[in-house]
Amino acid sequence: MAGGVTALTAHPTYAVFERYMVLYKRLWRASVFSSFALPLLFLASIGLGVGQYVGSLEGVPYAAWIVPGVLASTAFQMAVGESTYGVLGSFKWTRSSHAMYATRVSIGDMLRGWLLYLVVRGVIAVAVFMAVVVWFGVLASPWALATPLVAALLTVATAAPVTAFAASIDHDSYFALLFRFVMIPATLFSGVFFPVEQMGGWKVAAYVSPLWHGVALCRAATLGQEPPWPVWAHAGVLVAVAAAGWWWASAAFRRRLRD
Amino acid sequence: MQPLIYARGLVKRFGSFTAVDGIDLEVQPGEAFGFLGPNGAGKSSTMRMISCVSMPSAGELRILGRDPVREGPAIRARLGVCPQLDNLDPDLTVWENLTTYARYFGLSRAEARRKAGELLEFAQLTEKASSLVEPLSGGMKRRLTIARAMVNDPELVLLDEPTTGLDPQARHLLWERLFRLKQQGVTLVLTTHYMDEAEQLCDRLVVMDGGRIVAEGSPRRLIEDYSSPEVVELRFGLEELAGYVPRLEGVGDRVDPLPDRILLYAKDGDEAVAEVHRRGLTPSSVLVRRSTLEDVFLHLTGRTLVD
Amino acid sequence: MVTTAVASWVVRRVSPGRVLAVTGRNVAALRSGPSYWLVLVSGFFEPLLYLLSIGVGVGALVGRIPLGDGQVVTYAVFVAPAMLAASAMNGALAETTFNFFFKLRYARTFEAILATPVRPFEVALGELSWAMVRSAFYTAVFLGVMVAFGLAGPWWALAAFPATLLVGLAFGAVGMAASTLMRGWQDFDVMTAAQFSLFLFSGTFAPVQDYPPVLEAVVVATPLYHAVELVRGLTLGQVEWALAGHAAYLLVMVAAGLWFAARRVERVLCK
Repeated sequence: MAGGVTALTAHPTYAVFERYMVLYKRLWRASVFSSFALPLLFLASIGLGVGQYVGSLEGVPYAAWIVPGVLASTAFQMAVGESTYGVLGSFKWTRSSHAMYATRVSIGDMLRGWLLYLVVRGVIAVAVFMAVVVWFGVLASPWALATPLVAALLTVATAAPVTAFAASIDHDSYFALLFRFVMIPATLFSGVFFPVEQMGGWKVAAYVSPLWHGVALCRAATLGQEPPWPVWAHAGVLVAVAAAGWWWASAAFRRRLRD
Repeated sequence: MQPLIYARGLVKRFGSFTAVDGIDLEVQPGEAFGFLGPNGAGKSSTMRMISCVSMPSAGELRILGRDPVREGPAIRARLGVCPQLDNLDPDLTVWENLTTYARYFGLSRAEARRKAGELLEFAQLTEKASSLVEPLSGGMKRRLTIARAMVNDPELVLLDEPTTGLDPQARHLLWERLFRLKQQGVTLVLTTHYMDEAEQLCDRLVVMDGGRIVAEGSPRRLIEDYSSPEVVELRFGLEELAGYVPRLEGVGDRVDPLPDRILLYAKDGDEAVAEVHRRGLTPSSVLVRRSTLEDVFLHLTGRTLVD
Repeated sequence: MVTTAVASWVVRRVSPGRVLAVTGRNVAALRSGPSYWLVLVSGFFEPLLYLLSIGVGVGALVGRIPLGDGQVVTYAVFVAPAMLAASAMNGALAETTFNFFFKLRYARTFEAILATPVRPFEVALGELSWAMVRSAFYTAVFLGVMVAFGLAGPWWALAAFPATLLVGLAFGAVGMAASTLMRGWQDFDVMTAAQFSLFLFSGTFAPVQDYPPVLEAVVVATPLYHAVELVRGLTLGQVEWALAGHAAYLLVMVAAGLWFAARRVERVLCK
């Protein structure tokens, strides 16, 4: 067994990505509900119920207005959910990160492979969702085709800092704080359900949420309207958050794996 | 030949605590090298530095002739690591654990499959290929971890307490597998706090205590240097043992009182027992045995092994 | 019938001290976890956030909403009691399903407890009591927020409090019965799906009369609908005989759930 020459082919980043895909092949059924069925049920509930009381908003039916918000928040929640217990567990319980790091896989490979996997998840979820809702006439513009791209960017901007947070903590009860103080407020006040302009001066709080920028871009795409800020500004914020998250995550992984 | 591991004045500190306190090491290709010592001796910290995942605080370290700080991934590509805590992927099957891990090393899919088949055979887990990891026994998990450490045909295999927590059958099976690797010319470095394991597997070993190397040599050599050929164990009911020590003065080479028994180190055990009886002492039990690494250890660290 | 059978069985078999010991374990576990106060206190903000977002934010878009009896109320007044009922359901289910299942199958907490004189049914009751303690804490806060926002009168809020406990107890008992049947985590997806569907379609966000008749008929048969109607009736101060019907539905859930859970816990743990 020793001394055999083995052909080195797969890039380590791809090997990491592949590991998550092997897992996903086994677990994808479990994610069907949260990724596809849940947002559709949500839309049905709002459309059947609340929508008729609201009528139209910013010139479109409420259901059409809320679709891009639900799209973006699906990617957002998937990114947060996947990056919490799984990431902490890979250091603390299963130690699969330690197993990876004992090979030629570097910390950069681990993060790239992981985020790539989440982007694939986010894009699939958003694409399937759109393929369903397009039949209800809620996608008003061909620009809707750009939505998966926004979902990909939003996924990275969300998953990178959350992964960093998960890798920095010692106990999973801190996730309750993350959900309560970050994820839930972000979902509720990022223009998913109602325009942030209604919040008066508080609307600046939404500006720091990657979800608001994701929602703004998604809404601009599906409705074919101008976003509140220039496209490059929204995208720039998402890229900046992703970069900061990446930097933090690298530091956290390094501290955890090298001590 | 260039040593696979070369360390000079190697130090690892965690805050104000010094886990490894300036050790020198050289491990040559084909050797089976052991770190022996109680918990907290600094064995695992040393192993983590050798596996290039923990950075030395001071001193010089070369693994496969390279610098672990700058060339970590390149060195790790040629190592096999079996950590103290199993870190198998619980969500994957036995087979997938091997193929997925092989991919981290960049093996092609076909190569990964071939290797996985071969290693399952080696680990005697072929029938378990499609089982998840969770239901496996401790011994099976350990064998799988070791098999996994072999997917990249490593030049150096690091085993941190490979048999801790296993039952006797599982340990013997594992030793037999490790012995095979050794015969194939794989360089093994292992830590253990079991004396019998060190005697079974290691060509050469170091005894660590308090972050330092306190002795080095082959198991036989260590026994010769730090013990005597035979040891007599005397027990005296429930009485205070300290009172007997002066009366045993001069019997054998050395007298070592332990909390529950007194050890006499001697060239000839039976002769020592005869002398004990001549002095009018009547121990409740007498055992004459060959000297082992445990005696070396007791002598070097001056205390019983803390398991 | 079932209720009497359960009651006499309970009296014969259960020691309050041992039940309290099981509950106490949970209190100790929570206290020894890090950031315990922060996690506990942060629970206050969640209902506030939901009320601000859905009640006030979406409420501003909806305006006012007509109730079945011709009364017209603001959307926040309409939606707040429904979210309260849903949060009582979610809180009780989280404790009696995910946490209960984890302790039952993975942490071997119950295995350790049952090596002592504590009986399986006492474990079930102790866990349910714990779920109720947490649930009561949060629903009390929720009601307080509603009163502060002028979404319910103080006396009506006080009247609604026991109703929310009944909701928690009903879902807790049924959830515990369900988790004894769970084979693995994958079964929780089914439960989460059911739970979320109930949350969306139980007259929570819009009156059930707005649904298509078939959907309305289905909804009226499901438990969260009765929970929402009971809590909403009390916070709005609309006391009528229908409320007794809703309460009876929930009581049957408590009795049947406990009876089933007791039998199953015994079978699962003492096999």
